Amino acid sequence: MADQDGKKIKDPLTGVETTGHVWDDNIREFDNPLPRWWLWAFYMSVIFTLWYWVVYPAWPSGLLEKGYTLGTKTITYDSDAGETKTTHWNTRALLAHQMQTNKSELIRQKMVKEIAETPFDTIAADPQQSKFVLAYGKSIFGDYCAACHQRGGQGVIGHYPNLIDDAWLWGSDVSDIETSIRKGRKGNMPAHKGSLTADEIEQAAHYVLSLSKQSSDVVAIEKGKAIFNTKGCSGCHMPTAMGMKALGSANLTDHIWTQADVNGTDDAGKKLAAVKQVITEGIQREMPAWESRLKDDEIKILVSYIKLLSQN
Amino acid sequence: MLKHESIETNAVLLIVLTLVAISIGGLVEIVPLFYIEGTIEDVKRADGKDAVRPYTPLEQVGRDIYIREGCYNCHSQMIRPFRDEALRYGHYSLAAESQYDHPFQWGSKRTGPDLARVGGKYSSSWHVKHLNKPKSVVPESIMPNYPWLLKTDLDFSDVQAKMKTLKKVGVPYSQTKEEYAANVEQFGEDVAKMLDVNHAESNLMAQEKAKNFDGIPDRITEMDALVAYLQVLGTMIDFSKHDETEFIEFR
Ligand code: HEC
Ligand code: HEC
Ligand code: HEC
Repeated sequence: MADQDGKKIKDPLTGVETTGHVWDDNIREFDNPLPRWWLWAFYMSVIFTLWYWVVYPAWPSGLLEKGYTLGTKTITYDSDAGETKTTHWNTRALLAHQMQTNKSELIRQKMVKEIAETPFDTIAADPQQSKFVLAYGKSIFGDYCAACHQRGGQGVIGHYPNLIDDAWLWGSDVSDIETSIRKGRKGNMPAHKGSLTADEIEQAAHYVLSLSKQSSDVVAIEKGKAIFNTKGCSGCHMPTAMGMKALGSANLTDHIWTQADVNGTDDAGKKLAAVKQVITEGIQREMPAWESRLKDDEIKILVSYIKLLSQN
Repeated sequence: MLKHESIETNAVLLIVLTLVAISIGGLVEIVPLFYIEGTIEDVKRADGKDAVRPYTPLEQVGRDIYIREGCYNCHSQMIRPFRDEALRYGHYSLAAESQYDHPFQWGSKRTGPDLARVGGKYSSSWHVKHLNKPKSVVPESIMPNYPWLLKTDLDFSDVQAKMKTLKKVGVPYSQTKEEYAANVEQFGEDVAKMLDVNHAESNLMAQEKAKNFDGIPDRITEMDALVAYLQVLGTMIDFSKHDETEFIEFR
C-alpha cells in the first residue's frame, strides 16, 4: 500500500529527493525531473506541429470549399492531357509530380523509351542495352511472369512452357512473342479418351515417341502413324508433326517436351505413359493477356528479355 | 500551479480531465465518419454508369472465405500513391474501389504481395494450384497450403441473409422492384441482375457454371468462390480511360 508520510528525504547516495510516497514502510520513490533534452524535444515537437498545421492540409472545416484547410504548400504537375496544373499539397499530386521530375525516375523513363524505340537486333548487338534489358526485364518478369514461368523462365513441365529454350509453340519472332504477351494464348488440345480406344492411344504414343527416336516398336509405330494421319492429329500437328504456329500445337519431332514429361525419365514405360496421358486427357491451358496491365514499353522489354534469354 | 499531484489526488478533477482527453480522441475518429461521402470518388464507365459495383453473390461468399482463412494477415489490399508501388502493382487504390467492402481489407501487413489488383493477373487454374499448394508453382513461397478449399463444397444457404445484412449497412443490393430499377439506373442492367437478392442462389450457380473457376465441372467448391473474388479485385475501373487529374483534383 502506498502511503504518504509527506517526508521528502534526500537520498544520501545519489543526493536526489524522494516524492514522499512510502510503500511497505521503507520503499520510497525518487523525484527525478524529466531529462532536459527530452523536455526540449517535446517543446520542439509542439512547435513543429504548429508549423505543420499551417503548411500542410490539416484541419477539417465545413466552412471551407474542400472541407479542410489546404495549407500553404503547393505542387505543380502535368495532367495526362499535357496541361500544367498547380494544386494544394496532396499525396496523389506528389506522386504525379515525382513521376515527372524525380531524377532516377527520369533516367528510368529515358532508358525504357530508348529500348522501346530500338529494334531487337540492335539491342542484342549493343552490350549496354542488352545489360539494361536483362536487369530491368528480370525484375518485371519476376513481378508478373515468374509465378507461372518460374524465376529463370524455365517453366514447369506439364503446366507452363519453358521460354528460354529454342522451341516455341506460337512462334519465335519478336512479333509472335509480343502477341503472346499482349493478347494471351489458349493452349487447347482435345481429350481423345472418347474418340480413340486404349490400344489406338498407345499406338499413337509409340508413333509420337518414334519421331524423336524414343520408341522402336515397329508394329505399333506403323499403326500409330496411320492413326496420327487419319484421326485428326495431323490436322493440328501437321502431317510432318512439326506443329503449327497458328494453333500453338507442339512440334513433336524435337526432343523438347512441354506437356509430357518424357525427358524426365529414362524408363521407356514411363515415357510411353506420359505421352499416353496427354493424348488421353488433352490439354487446356491459358496464358493471361497483359495488354491492359502492362505498358507498351514494359512489353517491349519483356519481349527483348525473353529473346535474349532464349538466344544465350 | 496545477501540479500532477493535485490532479491525481482529486478524483473529480481527474475524471473530468480524463473525459476531456478521451472525447478529443473520440471526436477525431468519429466526426470524419459523417463526411465519408465526400471522400469517395465518383468514377463512371464510358456508358455513364458507376464503374465500381458491389460484389456478386459468388464473389461475396468468396470474400467471406478470404476473411475466414485470414488471408489479410499476410496480404494488404491497398496500393499507396508511391512511385515504387505504382511501378510494381499499378494504379494506386481509390476510396471508390473499397466503398462496398464491409469490412475493408486495406491492411498494412505484407508478408505476401498486395492483392488490390491481382484480378486478371493470373489464370484461375494458376490460383487453384497456388491456393492448394503454393510451392507447386512458386517454389520459394512461404504461403500456407489451403487444400480443403477444393475438397469442401460451398455452403451458400445463407447468401441471401448475407446480402440483406450488407444492404443494412448501405450496399445497394435490391429486394424490391424500385430498388432493382434504381440499380439498373446506377449500374446498368447486367450488373443490376447480379445484385438482386431474390435471385442470389441462381446467380451464384450461374456464375460458377459459366466460369468454372476451380476446373471441376460438376461441383461448386469453396475454391470457386475464393478465386471468383480474387479475379475481380482491382479490375472494375479502367484507368486508361481516365485522366489522372480527375483523381488528383478530387483530393
Ligand atoms: C497464369 C500463368 C501465366 C503467367 C502469369 C504468364 N504466363 Fe506466359 N504462358 C502461360 C501458359 C500456360 C502458356 C502456354 C500457352 C499454350 O499452351 O499455348 C504461356 C505461353 C507464353 C508464351 C508463348 C510461348 C511459346 O512457346 O510460344 C510467352 C512468350 C509467354 N507465355 C510469356 C509470358 C510473359 C512475358 C509473362 C509475364 C508478363 C507471362 N508469360 C505470364 C502461363 C502464364
Ligand atoms: C485441336 C488440335 C489438336 C489435335 C486434334 C491434336 N493435338 Fe496434340 N496438341 C495440340 C496443341 C495445341 C498442343 C500444345 C498444347 C500446349 O502446349 O498448351 C498439343 C500437344 C501435344 C503433345 C504434347 C507435346 C509436348 O511437348 O509435351 C502431344 C504428345 C500431342 N499433342 C499428341 C497428339 C496426338 C497423338 C494427337 C492425335 C491423337 C493430337 N495431339 C491431336 C493440338 C492438337
Ligand atoms: C503466411 C502468410 C500468408 C498467408 C496467410 C496467405 N498468403 Fe498469399 N502469399 C504469401 C506470400 C509470401 C506470397 C508470395 C509467394 C507466392 O506467390 O506464393 C503470397 C502470394 C499470394 C498470391 C499471388 C500474388 C501475386 O501477385 O503474385 C495470391 C493471389 C495469394 N497469395 C492469395 C492468398 C489467399 C487467397 C490467402 C488466404 C486463403 C493467402 N494468400 C494467405 C503469404 C501468405
